[in-house]
Amino acid sequence: MSVVTNTTTIGAIDAPSRRNTELMMMVFAVAISVFAYANVGLAIDGKLPSGMLGYGAGLVLLGGVAHLVVRKFAPYADPLLLPLATLLNGLGLVLIWRLDQSQRLIQDAERRWGSYSPDAPKQLLYSAIGVAFFVAVLMVLKDHRVLQRYTYISMVVALILLITPIFFPAVNGAKIWISLGPFSIQPGEFAKIFIAIFFSGYLMVKRDALALASRRFMGMYLPRGRDLGPILTIWALSILILVFETDLGTSLLFFGLFIVMLYVATERTSWIVFGLLMSGAGAVGVATFEPHVQQRVDAWMDPFKGFGQGGAGASEQIAQSLMSFGSGGTLGTGLGQGHSDLIMFAANADFILSTVGEELGLAGMMAVLLVYGLIVERGIRTALAARDPFGKLLAVGLSGAFAIQVFVVAGGVMGLIPLSGMTMPFLAYGGSSVLANWALIAILIRISDTARRPAPAPAPSPDAEMTQVVRP
Amino acid sequence: MNKPLRRIAIFCGVLILALLVRTNYLQYVRADELNSREENRRVRIERYAHERGDIIVDGKAVTGSVETNGSDFKYKRVWKDGPMWSPVTGYSSQAFDSTQLENLEDGILTGNDDQLFFNRTLSMFTGDEKQGGNVVTTLSGAAQKAAFEGLGNQKGAAVALDPQTGAILALASTPSYDPSVFAGNSDKDSEARAKLLADKDKPMLNRALRETYPPGSTFKVVTASAALENGLYDSIDEPTDSPLPWILTGTRNPLPNEGNIPCKNASLREALRYSCNTVFGKISSDLGNKKMIEEADKFGFNEEVFTPVRADKSVYPEDIPSQNAMAGIGQASNRATPLQMAMVASAVANDGKLMQPYMVAKRQAPNLDTIYTAEPKEMSRPLTAANAQKLQQMMETVVQSGTGTMAKIDGVTVGGKTGTAQHGLNNSEKPYAWFISYAKTDKGSPVAVAVVVEDGKANRDDISGGGLAAPIAKAIMKAVLDGK
Repeated sequence: MSVVTNTTTIGAIDAPSRRNTELMMMVFAVAISVFAYANVGLAIDGKLPSGMLGYGAGLVLLGGVAHLVVRKFAPYADPLLLPLATLLNGLGLVLIWRLDQSQRLIQDAERRWGSYSPDAPKQLLYSAIGVAFFVAVLMVLKDHRVLQRYTYISMVVALILLITPIFFPAVNGAKIWISLGPFSIQPGEFAKIFIAIFFSGYLMVKRDALALASRRFMGMYLPRGRDLGPILTIWALSILILVFETDLGTSLLFFGLFIVMLYVATERTSWIVFGLLMSGAGAVGVATFEPHVQQRVDAWMDPFKGFGQGGAGASEQIAQSLMSFGSGGTLGTGLGQGHSDLIMFAANADFILSTVGEELGLAGMMAVLLVYGLIVERGIRTALAARDPFGKLLAVGLSGAFAIQVFVVAGGVMGLIPLSGMTMPFLAYGGSSVLANWALIAILIRISDTARRPAPAPAPSPDAEMTQVVRP
Repeated sequence: MNKPLRRIAIFCGVLILALLVRTNYLQYVRADELNSREENRRVRIERYAHERGDIIVDGKAVTGSVETNGSDFKYKRVWKDGPMWSPVTGYSSQAFDSTQLENLEDGILTGNDDQLFFNRTLSMFTGDEKQGGNVVTTLSGAAQKAAFEGLGNQKGAAVALDPQTGAILALASTPSYDPSVFAGNSDKDSEARAKLLADKDKPMLNRALRETYPPGSTFKVVTASAALENGLYDSIDEPTDSPLPWILTGTRNPLPNEGNIPCKNASLREALRYSCNTVFGKISSDLGNKKMIEEADKFGFNEEVFTPVRADKSVYPEDIPSQNAMAGIGQASNRATPLQMAMVASAVANDGKLMQPYMVAKRQAPNLDTIYTAEPKEMSRPLTAANAQKLQQMMETVVQSGTGTMAKIDGVTVGGKTGTAQHGLNNSEKPYAWFISYAKTDKGSPVAVAVVVEDGKANRDDISGGGLAAPIAKAIMKAVLDGK
């Protein structure tokens, strides 16, 4: 933080780096997770869990490494992003471990697959890989503007990621997986980052054309046909994904992402109106002939219909999820003391928020939602602070995608909107999700570091005469 | 670009706000509604999370709770001597709900009853685990054992009442079942229950309360009391106006007696002693359907009885004269539960006063404070004390020197009536053997009994109320008398 105050006219006015604040918050985030872990053990077995030391050490190590890397490679980064992500990741691990203890889920797993293996150790491994990703991104990506160079490569990568699952069998009704031997990845999670990079790069170049070359019609700016091309392409693509992969969440995410970024790039409200009209038309059109989507909508309208008759799985899951939230009430049943495992399938993935609702209650839910809200708003703040349009677009794209994903998943399990299969970032079990979201946070941290880094001091000029420095 | 960025920030804030509002709505506004939904398994998990209170006989619990593994229901119900007590307790299964006392007294047994409110509130402050209360029954372990073992592997039922209070002393039904075999919710439990349901001997049928049989000659006690009450005959020893053979009203068929017995103009006492169909068929015919129904109703026919467990309606029907005459000797459409016939015997033994049968003596809070004590209630007066005493003499003659000598107990006055009820089309199936009786000491009558044996295995000629059912009734009465 040493500011070079030289005999120049303007001294660099420095933003504090806030690394120590971040460290304190990290300690807090890790401590909460470790206490939560102890809490679950005490509630279920009446004693401290045996894996307590290993788990605590693991979290401290991950948090510590992440913090040190940020300190070294992104010293001016936003101090909140990393602790918030760590807190969610740590809490998610506790919740997954808690659901691992459920006899009901163990029996269900044995019935379905003939064997059972706990998910928490795997999630800890994924988290470690996720943090490694995070570290790698920060070390390799010295400046986010480098990503501009890969605009079209990103597009290609995103498309490949999105299309590949079509050639793999559907898992639970949705073709969103690529399975390679024992590994399976959910490419949609990674695609959202690549697509945000592509949009940022593309829009940064085309924003003027899109914003200015349009005709005024009924108080709105209608874009020209050739500028309308990309949005139509993306719209069609997201509908196609929806149809062929029956992946409601991802198509909604990409479409929302594109609208948000277009709006920011062009500053034209008309794009939002078009976007909403088109997505509405698309959704209604698809819903009329796609049974999977119809099921989801029916289950959303009346989650208790056909309960216990073994029929609609989605409907029963939502009903169980709603009852979980109801059972939690204001203060929750306490970690390990609820019955959110009644949701059975995907209790620790798509539906992990129900466990938060039941065991941590309304209070816990509000806290968790606010943590997500904070991550999003810190991301958008980063966008505001960024000095280059690419960085602004990328930051708002990633934060917007994050916000939409949180809304779609949480809204789905709470019955606010129809359910769509996506995971709660950091909280839910799943390797792809954890990896992708750590990478996302890393990019945001990189942009915020660049944004908040003090401008380099001008080189001292020996020729200049000494003048008196007048500070405002 | 900053203006749209700020708007996006607000938009994202609105998304999060919508989620916050929704979670408040779900977890605060709708919480109660969601928690009380019948789909909510948590309600049942809570229900089995604590030890259930016990059903108590003679100061000892006949039920219990054991902790189970591998299920989210922590405690499971178990029964001691399940087959013997299941007609009283019913079952309480994690998977199949509950019946009878287990069901009706569920509030006390689980501890959720409003009567336990104070207790619950107290234990909330002391931090005690929630517990269920106990239900103390009126039953007598010895009498129940005598009834259950007496019936043995025959099909049938036995009911014993305390005529003076209406307290149920024994309530046995065979073949029976052990409710413990399906108290859990595993596949094994489902199989066990399916097997019981498929059994053609219907072990889960509570024959004492839920099966109606033609009461046969035991119903002649009701017909006799109708004759006395309506003044058809005043003395039990005056000869009745009964021809032999007697042609069934409205037909050309004579009503047969069982064997060659002296029934012509026999007195009421003699007619009951030998069990004359002609005499009682004619009485029923002379009194008419309406008066017979009236008298039967006073004994409790044509209405369900709640003990508090529901007993099926016994039926004395509205019918044409010939059928009414047959109903008067316990045939045709006349049907009665074993409980009903025990009530008939107990009303006679209690000098004409019929007490409401009941089987819950007390309810206890978890700390064993009594929160309810049953008060014996009079149900009706089917006959005057004088007529009741006349009928007692008649029934005692039956045991002394009539068809019911098998029920004699040394040193105790016993009155009874046998019955052999025909059933099946044209009497094609093996008849039911009935016996109703009471024992009497100088302090009044402590026990009245009804026993029915529907034994398909016995030799047809051996089936008679006196031979098959009376020894069981005797054993039950002795068990009660020995316990006094």
